[in-house]
Amino acid sequence: MPMPGLPVQEAAGAAHPLAGTFAEWIWLVPVLPFVGFVINGLLSLVPATRLGPADPSEGGDGHAHVEHAGGTAHDDAHHHPARHPYARLVSLIGPAVLALAFAVTAGIFGVLAGAHAEAPFVRTLFPWIVTGSLHIDAALQVDQLSMVMAMVVTGVGFLIHVFSVGYMQDDPGYPRYFAYLNLFVFFMLVLVLGASYPVLFVGWEGVGLCSYLLIGYWYSDKANADAGKKAFVMNRIGDFGFLVAMFLLFAHLGTLDFVGVGSRASQLTEGGAVVTAIGLFFFLGCAGKSAQIPLYTWLPDAMAGPTPVSALIHAATMVTAGVYLVARSAVLFSLTPVASLTVALIGAITAIFAATIGLKQWDIKKVLAYSTVSQLGYMFIGVGVGAYAAGVFHLLTHAFFKALLFLGSGSVIFAMHRALHHTGSHADAQDMRNMGGLRAYLPWTFGLMWIATLAIAGIPPFSGFFSKDEILASVFARASHSTLADASLLGIPGSALLMVIYVLGLAAALLTAIYMTRMMLYTFHGPNRTGEAERAHLGEAPWVMTGPLVVLGVLSVAGGLLNLPAFMGSLSQTLHHWLEPVTGEAALRITQGEEAHLALGTEGALIGIAVLIAVGGIVYAFMRLKPAVLLPKDQSPEAHGFERVLEHKYYVDEIYDRTVVKPVVGISTRILWKGMDAGLIDGLLVNGSGYLMRGLGWMGARLQSGQVGTYAWVLVIGVLAVLGAFSIS
Amino acid sequence: MIPEALALSAVLFTIGTIGVLTRRNAIVIFMCVELMLNAVNLTFVALSKLYGVTGQVFVVFVMTVAAAEAAVGLAIIIAIFRHGQTVNLKNINLLKG
Amino acid sequence: MADFLASINYNAWVLPVLLALPVLGALLVWSHGALAGSGESSSMTARRMTLWILIAEFVLSAGLWWSLDSASAQWQAVYDRPWIEAWGTRFTVGVDGLSVMMVLLTTFLMPLAILGGWTGVRSRVHSYHALMLLLTTGMLGVFVAKDLFLFYVMWEVMLVPMYFIIGIWGGERRIYASLKFFIYTMVGSLLMLVAIVYLGIQAGAPAGRPTFDYDAIMALNLAPTVTFWLFGAFFLAFAVKVPMFPFHTWLPDAHVEAPTAGSVILAGILLKLGTYGFLRIALPFFPGVAMYPWVRTTIIVLAVVGIVYGSLVALVQPDIKKLVAYSSVAHLGFVMLGIFALTVESVQGALMVMIGHGLSTGALFLLVGIIYERTHTRMIDAYGGIARVVPLFATILTIVALSSIGLPGTNGFVGEFLVLVGAFRTYPGMTVISATGVILAAAYLLWAVQRLIYNPLDKPANAALKDLNWRELGLLVPILAGILWMGVYPRPVLDRMEASVQKLVSDVARNAERQQASMMLGGQ
Repeated sequence: MPMPGLPVQEAAGAAHPLAGTFAEWIWLVPVLPFVGFVINGLLSLVPATRLGPADPSEGGDGHAHVEHAGGTAHDDAHHHPARHPYARLVSLIGPAVLALAFAVTAGIFGVLAGAHAEAPFVRTLFPWIVTGSLHIDAALQVDQLSMVMAMVVTGVGFLIHVFSVGYMQDDPGYPRYFAYLNLFVFFMLVLVLGASYPVLFVGWEGVGLCSYLLIGYWYSDKANADAGKKAFVMNRIGDFGFLVAMFLLFAHLGTLDFVGVGSRASQLTEGGAVVTAIGLFFFLGCAGKSAQIPLYTWLPDAMAGPTPVSALIHAATMVTAGVYLVARSAVLFSLTPVASLTVALIGAITAIFAATIGLKQWDIKKVLAYSTVSQLGYMFIGVGVGAYAAGVFHLLTHAFFKALLFLGSGSVIFAMHRALHHTGSHADAQDMRNMGGLRAYLPWTFGLMWIATLAIAGIPPFSGFFSKDEILASVFARASHSTLADASLLGIPGSALLMVIYVLGLAAALLTAIYMTRMMLYTFHGPNRTGEAERAHLGEAPWVMTGPLVVLGVLSVAGGLLNLPAFMGSLSQTLHHWLEPVTGEAALRITQGEEAHLALGTEGALIGIAVLIAVGGIVYAFMRLKPAVLLPKDQSPEAHGFERVLEHKYYVDEIYDRTVVKPVVGISTRILWKGMDAGLIDGLLVNGSGYLMRGLGWMGARLQSGQVGTYAWVLVIGVLAVLGAFSIS
Repeated sequence: MIPEALALSAVLFTIGTIGVLTRRNAIVIFMCVELMLNAVNLTFVALSKLYGVTGQVFVVFVMTVAAAEAAVGLAIIIAIFRHGQTVNLKNINLLKG
Repeated sequence: MADFLASINYNAWVLPVLLALPVLGALLVWSHGALAGSGESSSMTARRMTLWILIAEFVLSAGLWWSLDSASAQWQAVYDRPWIEAWGTRFTVGVDGLSVMMVLLTTFLMPLAILGGWTGVRSRVHSYHALMLLLTTGMLGVFVAKDLFLFYVMWEVMLVPMYFIIGIWGGERRIYASLKFFIYTMVGSLLMLVAIVYLGIQAGAPAGRPTFDYDAIMALNLAPTVTFWLFGAFFLAFAVKVPMFPFHTWLPDAHVEAPTAGSVILAGILLKLGTYGFLRIALPFFPGVAMYPWVRTTIIVLAVVGIVYGSLVALVQPDIKKLVAYSSVAHLGFVMLGIFALTVESVQGALMVMIGHGLSTGALFLLVGIIYERTHTRMIDAYGGIARVVPLFATILTIVALSSIGLPGTNGFVGEFLVLVGAFRTYPGMTVISATGVILAAAYLLWAVQRLIYNPLDKPANAALKDLNWRELGLLVPILAGILWMGVYPRPVLDRMEASVQKLVSDVARNAERQQASMMLGGQ
């Protein structure tokens, strides 16, 4: 029943241990990047000094950057990079606000760690939407989950900002780029720090906006602008689900802030239709934002943006927002086994589906994009089966190694482009068939990317091994004993479903190992295919770019320490315990009150299988793939059969185009606009009544013969008729 | 005396009406209209014997208006004649819609 | 501020002055035109005069923000004088929470609209500006009228200038469009006149002389069948104005043919008169009919159809002005949904959408007008890639489009969110369908924005486009400020409307029950 709700304050009163501490300054964290956005945004309105041709079709945004290797008419201008007059100032402000935000976040993180706060600390800034029984504050929430996310966003965000200083240095739209990037971090922080669903939604849509702007950053290319629009619209489909879930929440609980929902969630019937609908609609939002089936197709296209953007937005932070949302709504999802199972199942299917596509991609960023989709599926398996800490753990390690992989690929593309650029070649700088043997020229990148590859493949002791293993072990444990196992989805018992998910997860891990090794082999091993002239110009990027890679490399190796498996003793399960105040209760509800522990032997066996599969995948790739016989892109033969289907991504984009886009446009044009609007309403009814009046008038005009004599006759007959009528009555 | 006058007036009015309806020449029609007007005048005068002088005042009014009307009407007829070289109403339909 | 306003007795005179000032201004501009001729310098004087009069109008009206008691749901700043005594009509004006923001929106947009047509209107400049001033009085009059006869007179007063503005200064098919606009509106409003006269006679029956006072008519207790017909008459008048599907086809034509300022006013203010009419008259006077299940459901369905239909048709328009026109149909669908869902949140949301749509669609038409003046085409295909030539224009267009899409942080989100979250309680299914409007809005506007300012710059003619000048920047920046302010901190606005909305919702709900208890209508 709707409850007239004032803000639910019971848990966040003045007595909170964080009240009056440094945590009060939490607002500074999002505001700092926003300040950066304002300054850089204003600077971006100053036009770039143009050293190239004055014709705007020649010398504008987007041609002087590194990924336009396929570009056609821009090469003259390439030799005259139009560096922005305020580039130095921007290079300072852009990363500096992030560094400051990171420092503040770290400080508050420390305060939180020392305070042992069980309840979240809510910092209300001002009342936002207040009317009727709706009361939404602009408020930020400090708790264990939000602070972990804020650390990742500001920390990894800072590294990527630094990398961008080098990567984007010659772009004429340099301040605009950093303005967008700062704005993105602002919205991402609002997303993870917001204390209610609507505030989270502000960040949620805001990051979508920045994603749109940054994907289409080089908008002069129609494909890039298309990709940005596609991302925004597909995200909007998800946002529709998010909105409906909020409406349901408000209609049934009367509140939308996390604290209030947490305390009133028990009013919802466990496993009831309402909470299931809420969960499924929220997951529709997640599927949009985190690129899950059926809304994943925008993410590979989003690679049209600059590579650091792909690293920050489309790997480390924004796309994981869906995982964050499920973890944040753990209390709701734990009430609905059906929705939870759906989340896990969709995650598993996405994981394996995207991994198969990743097997046959040639564009180095596309491989990583499908890998991201697949790994996001993994995270949803984790949060779907109620292993919220495991899902968030994988989110963290993935942020490290995937950011490293993307930045590494950026470094490769940077080198490739520079080399191709020197010789004026129009070869594709992102196609792996044009690379090969780069380890000799990019030793640092080579080594660091191998670390990340081993991490993502799940080789111990790299970070990805621990997080993946934790997810798979959780699925396995819950298959035998949990509310999920007792429930059923579409008539299939939950325990069977969970075993299917476990197998799918293993299969996806195998494919991950294979496609990642394939990428490394084709890029760095074997003979070089760039061509003689280009080879001389290949080389490592400047330290401003390699430095962040090294830091991410360290994190990719050591990230596993955050949450070692339970059997490793006192230092283990750090993240798990850390998140307990936020998700612990929900996780326990799913495991029916017990900690889900596997017997040591079982756990050991599971780890053995996982490692075996990962190693097997890498070995298989090394044995089967022959980088030595690969031909450059323009000499490669067309793929056939199933390989062709994979290379075309199962033709999903084409199917969506035929079944959704074209019919909508066709129906709107032909039936609604031309038929209904112009034809029926305007043609028949509006103009029709006009014509009807004109027709009646025409008939009346026929009586008007102009013969005065006729008129006189009519007059006299009329008078006689009236007189006659009178005399009769 | 009054019934005879009213009968005469009715006869004159009917002759005038039939003339207006049947004749084609504008001048003749005009004269028929005058006939109708004067038939009505006769009625007024006759009945003023019963109801007082108001009727006779009306007659003066009608004669004044008829004179004005004759002036305007003849002017229009002349204008129409100049326009179409005819005063036969059959051939005149300037009011056709 | 409130003390100062009280000391000059502001509330007592502000409304009649607001109504009189533009009329006097119109006479002034007209006579100046008659005396000084239509030369260039004389035209410039007319523009300046009009602008300053309207700025004065805005400054004068701004006091309402402080002078009104936002906790009260009653008529305030009432001014009451006898008018035509034999007919029982009085010149009674006043404002309450429902109308105050509409008045401010009108006075805010009018000077900007004048600035928007500063260089676009080159012929008969004096008449144009005089008509604009008359139009201002007409629109304000509708918003503040407390006497129903005055309401009707003002309703017609604003119709005539708009007819001429489209018909004289419009595009190629202006005659068709202006006639369509006029006849469409007239058909509805004549029925409304009949209904108003009937109501006036009924309300005055005890005193033996008609009265058109709002409160007196409100207190009437009419026979159910009669209220049905009266509601029908008002419904038609207002539904045409909104415009609700399927009475909307005048809007695209009128928008496309109208000059820039005409479009801005049409979308920004005129359409709100229809929804305002529902809130002010149709709903409170005839709650029994309006809330009668099948009537209410029909209107809600039409509103939702308007949202989806308007969005889909907007998606495929090649003409940017038509696209915005159809998007207006969709936005006003949200308003109607909010009004007839009848929860405090949804009605507040409807009012927010009305204000927000006034700002963002007004700004969109201004932007279209600005670029049209440079290229003389409204076809989207004629553009592309101009963001690099006109970065300021592109930036502002993007922000305004995002506000129209309803991005959080802009006014569009607050309104749509409130409408939907409120309407979900009474009409969950319909609300879910209309929420798909947010997807379609993103699709049609972003697609249009992409084809306008992104993509390759492949039309050589566009390479030499000039970016915004100071006048254009100056008229857009206030709107941008409003868009962001209402998105980030809408509370002062919501507070000012809250009491009246609460009263409206509870009155209508209560009276509807009472009236329906004695009702034999429709499906029974």
